[in-house]
Amino acid sequence: MKSLTDLQNGESLEDVILEPVSRLDLIKYAGASGDYNPIHTIDDEAKKTGLPGIIAHGMWTMGNLAKLFTPYYEDGFIQDYTIRFKGMVFLNDVLTLKAIVQDVRETHMDFKVYAINQDGKEVIKGKVKFLTYK
Amino acid sequence: MLTESIGKRSDKVKNIVERGLVKKFAESIGDSHPIFIDEEFGRKSRYGINIAPPTFPRVFDYGEVDGLELPNKGLIHGEQTYHYERPLMVGEEIYCYTEVKDYYEKKGMGFFVLNRCGEDPKGETIFSSEQVIIITEAVRKVMKL
Repeated sequence: MKSLTDLQNGESLEDVILEPVSRLDLIKYAGASGDYNPIHTIDDEAKKTGLPGIIAHGMWTMGNLAKLFTPYYEDGFIQDYTIRFKGMVFLNDVLTLKAIVQDVRETHMDFKVYAINQDGKEVIKGKVKFLTYK
Repeated sequence: MLTESIGKRSDKVKNIVERGLVKKFAESIGDSHPIFIDEEFGRKSRYGINIAPPTFPRVFDYGEVDGLELPNKGLIHGEQTYHYERPLMVGEEIYCYTEVKDYYEKKGMGFFVLNRCGEDPKGETIFSSEQVIIITEAVRKVMKL
């Protein structure tokens, strides 16, 4: 594995392609996070609010995206993490997680991060400022 | 009603970065890295202990802001930001509170901005976060917000 701090502007971390989103994924996240909003787990409740079916918690997707950086906690940590939720994530969607280096500084690295679905549509996008240890 | 709550804060609530919960949370986002869950790995890491994933503060109790009632449906999570001074350590005590930062309306929709922060027992900030919640036009009308 290439060291994070060897990366140059425009280079990417290795993409991660998730397994198709399952109901169990969302039930587990509801339990772990305490977010039991039924639009994430119960079809009828989702439909009542006008959705075609249950949708993933935005925070589930945001949590997944951060794992691109997890192998690098010896080099630094995520100091700032900003996400805009752009589109809904449905059951069986296949998400690809991406991070591209925007800027490398003495003290930190800036990344553009996003997740796209199987149709290439961005579902979340944002940025990560990764503070690097001396 | 929502405008009136701008600037209001909850009392601080004590939370623990609980080992079992960190493990469960890491698993739920498909991120069971040993830095989060393996005690030996944590001990040998530069932190000397396991840490929590950056979106873990979702699980904390931030207390209630007096008089603030958000509708229970028609809310859309628009944006989320975290800022960290350092990662959260497994087992540590965090004192959390929430503050209503802003409420404004644009194109019929309401935008509600919450700040949520966590401090160590000495009152030093460890993380702060900002959440933008969009209240849809339909719900805003029904609730007379």
